[in-house]
Amino acid sequence: MKIEILGTGCPKCKATEKNVRKAVDELGIQAEIIKIDDLQEIVNRGVMMTPAVFIDGQAKVVGHIPSPNEIKKLLQKR
Amino acid sequence: MKKDKCLCEPTEILIFPCSGGSNVGQIANDAAKKLTTQDVGKMYCLAGIGGHVSGLIESTKAAKRIIAIDGCPVHCTKKTLEHAGFKPDVHVVVTDLGIQKNYDFTMDVDEIKKVTDKVVEKLRK
Repeated sequence: MKIEILGTGCPKCKATEKNVRKAVDELGIQAEIIKIDDLQEIVNRGVMMTPAVFIDGQAKVVGHIPSPNEIKKLLQKR
Repeated sequence: MKKDKCLCEPTEILIFPCSGGSNVGQIANDAAKKLTTQDVGKMYCLAGIGGHVSGLIESTKAAKRIIAIDGCPVHCTKKTLEHAGFKPDVHVVVTDLGIQKNYDFTMDVDEIKKVTDKVVEKLRK
């Protein structure tokens, strides 16, 4: 599973990364976590607001910091 | 693209024009561009909504208000948004403002202003 965190490096993006890592750890799953901070790449994906989280290429969260529980639910749906 | 720009401030208002193949579709498009440059909201991609592109769908979910600008009574913008589960908060139809639809693409600045004025008026209500 590939999880991408899109954001230009502000505290909201860092909090999102922290929560994603926590969710992955708590679920005990294997996931590749990638940070994307290039604004052009973010815009090219149609994302208007950050932070954003993509799971296996699909946008799942845009514009807010997801809680670890929210991320866990998204990961468990897969 | 400015390197120091951050996208983490919430986009309160997203503007979707029909951008259709007629004068009124293009007036809707120009009005959305004008409203964006006036900082009323941000123009966004209706085609991405129609194509169910996940980045655009999720970004639209995060918007506080949605403006739909249709060129004519076919209401493609409103219907496309609704098809994806979004209900526009403001809906303006260019032909409702006394502008007749044609396919010769002759437009003037006053027609675009009529549309932007109507959007702003409806937003304030």
